[in-house]
Amino acid sequence: MSSRTLPLLFINLGGEMLYILDQRLRAQNIPPDKAKKAGWIDDDRRRVMNDIITTMFNKKFLEELFKPQELYSKKALRTVFDRLAHASIMRLNQASMDKLYDLMTMAFKYQVLLCPRPKDILLVSFNHMDAIKDFVKDTPSILGQVDETYRQLIEMYTALSSGEFQLIRQTLLIFFQDMHIRVSIFLKDKVQNSNGRFVLPTSGPVPHGTLVPCLIRMFSCSGEEVMRRQFSNGGNYTAALREGSFEIFGDRVKWPWSTNTHSCVYQQVNVAPNPLAKEELNMLAKLMGGLEVQKPGNADNGFRVNLFSTDEEEEEALISRPDDLLYGVINIQATKDQQANAELAKIMGQFAESGEQSPSSSSKGDDLLAMMDGL
Amino acid sequence: MYRKEKSIQIKNSASALYNNLGVLRIAPRRLTCFTAVHANVVNMVSASWDGLNYSHRQLQSKEPNVATSTSLIMQAAFCALPSRDLLVVTSQKGIQMYESDGSTMVYWHALDTPETNTVFDVPSKGSNITLADVIEGHKESITDMASECCGGEVCVADLVSADDGGNLCVWKAGEEFSLLNHIPGFDISCSSVKLWKGTAVAGYGTGQIRLYEAVTGILHAEVNAHARWIYSLDVAPFSGLLLSAAEDSLVRVWLLSMSPESHSVEIGHLHNECVTDTQICGAKFCDSDGYAFAVTGYDLSEIIRYTQS
Repeated sequence: MSSRTLPLLFINLGGEMLYILDQRLRAQNIPPDKAKKAGWIDDDRRRVMNDIITTMFNKKFLEELFKPQELYSKKALRTVFDRLAHASIMRLNQASMDKLYDLMTMAFKYQVLLCPRPKDILLVSFNHMDAIKDFVKDTPSILGQVDETYRQLIEMYTALSSGEFQLIRQTLLIFFQDMHIRVSIFLKDKVQNSNGRFVLPTSGPVPHGTLVPCLIRMFSCSGEEVMRRQFSNGGNYTAALREGSFEIFGDRVKWPWSTNTHSCVYQQVNVAPNPLAKEELNMLAKLMGGLEVQKPGNADNGFRVNLFSTDEEEEEALISRPDDLLYGVINIQATKDQQANAELAKIMGQFAESGEQSPSSSSKGDDLLAMMDGL
Repeated sequence: MYRKEKSIQIKNSASALYNNLGVLRIAPRRLTCFTAVHANVVNMVSASWDGLNYSHRQLQSKEPNVATSTSLIMQAAFCALPSRDLLVVTSQKGIQMYESDGSTMVYWHALDTPETNTVFDVPSKGSNITLADVIEGHKESITDMASECCGGEVCVADLVSADDGGNLCVWKAGEEFSLLNHIPGFDISCSSVKLWKGTAVAGYGTGQIRLYEAVTGILHAEVNAHARWIYSLDVAPFSGLLLSAAEDSLVRVWLLSMSPESHSVEIGHLHNECVTDTQICGAKFCDSDGYAFAVTGYDLSEIIRYTQS
């Protein structure tokens, strides 16, 4: 399958995560005059978004990401986003993190499935990038990183053929296979059925480059059209809309299923069976050991965000989560022995925040190499 | 024209891959074998004709020399050779061949360059399969191939292969394969191709089906058939029925016929089936007359069947 899928998977899932967190942080926002020490204010929200986006677009990390490679396992990718979500002062409990990840993945699965043409996945990615730019528009240093990523995306993807995009799409669909978690906003808008499957409309505009079905044309040996016949449709399609822009700035032709058009917060309804696959650890899991930049004391200083309506609901969700839906996040921590684990230390150094070298933090815990051997 | 029958459950859902359904009708044993690919596993189910017995098997794509790595499968298909039937499973790492019931792997071949056609000599029994030829003709990835067995008649074209750029190559088989014709594409992927009475029937990413006279490349018909990417085509050789299936949830049945006046192929539309909320990835007739057909869809853990009513 395609070895160019990972950047799109990461950027789009990251974009979804940022929409959801932004909405949730605003919902938990406390007006400045009523702000207490333990509460959120607008500055904190911006700081959280900036911190996460800075980590997400770390130069060295993106360099690794954009190299042609196989997709990471579900477990490894979940660990990546766990680290990313905790790259700021914000804290999420296990249940909230599970819910966040469920929502992110179902939203992107929906977008991939509904893309009229495979190349439209790139437009979806640009939609997400546009929103990310908006989150950091007041911070020039981060904006620069985001623009650089735009350029890399354009360089890597705009020249690909439709067949290569379809292969990328098929690779993504294999990653999302059998995920049928119900999301209340999708159920409410009738884009998802009660069995967790998405509604695929058989009407609307055809994709750019496709002609409306129903026509048979026959030609003579000399190429002259000799006959035209219409047939019954079995659908209700109209002509294609104009194509969206693939430039850094442009009108993307937003679709109704972009998550940022939903102003209310996602609510997860119920969980459907999603077997946890036994996967092998791979390079990114090693890299992710380096994203653990928090110091031990942070847990107390951090601000907690709840993706549920109440704390009780969050606790209840954690207890009642079915075993087969446990993500089994890997706790990767560096060993004390830097020599033995030189490669990991080097990679961790790449993810340190500017001016900070983190290899010596988080020193206790499992040996990553031993863990890899054990799988 | 067709009515829905009882579906067959499969162990895993089907992946979104072109032509993701294999069908082999084994008349002497009164059963039909179906295959559908899920990531790196081929799900096989043998269904008895009386509908009473179903037996399941799963084949995993593995590289013999590398114990831990598995590869995603691109396609699994039955090849009905004169002397025996084989199940061929392809992945980006290599080609594996099994006995048609999936019981034994008889051959494994690692792929170096993906853009070539490889030809194998297959004996009627055993695993002494040898690589006979490697034909180069495509610059883009090959998506599908089809051949035609004409029985007593003389066939000009034996094989047609299609690629991601929509190009079709028409070949004559023999001691050496020779390229008879190259039909250029329009940078739109051709995901599925079939050969019937010298006509290459090709399905494209734009939802179009085109009928070309294989040897000359003359376009005889063009159909705006589907609103989304076509994933699968199949022809029932005895009746000329054509099946097309796409991401738009529709399966359409057409009739191909040779016009006596112009001696060229014509196409007419017969029937539609909609598999609600499903992007179809495989559709095949279960017999050479087109009396019954089966369908697989992305994320669907069943094979849906239809028979003529």
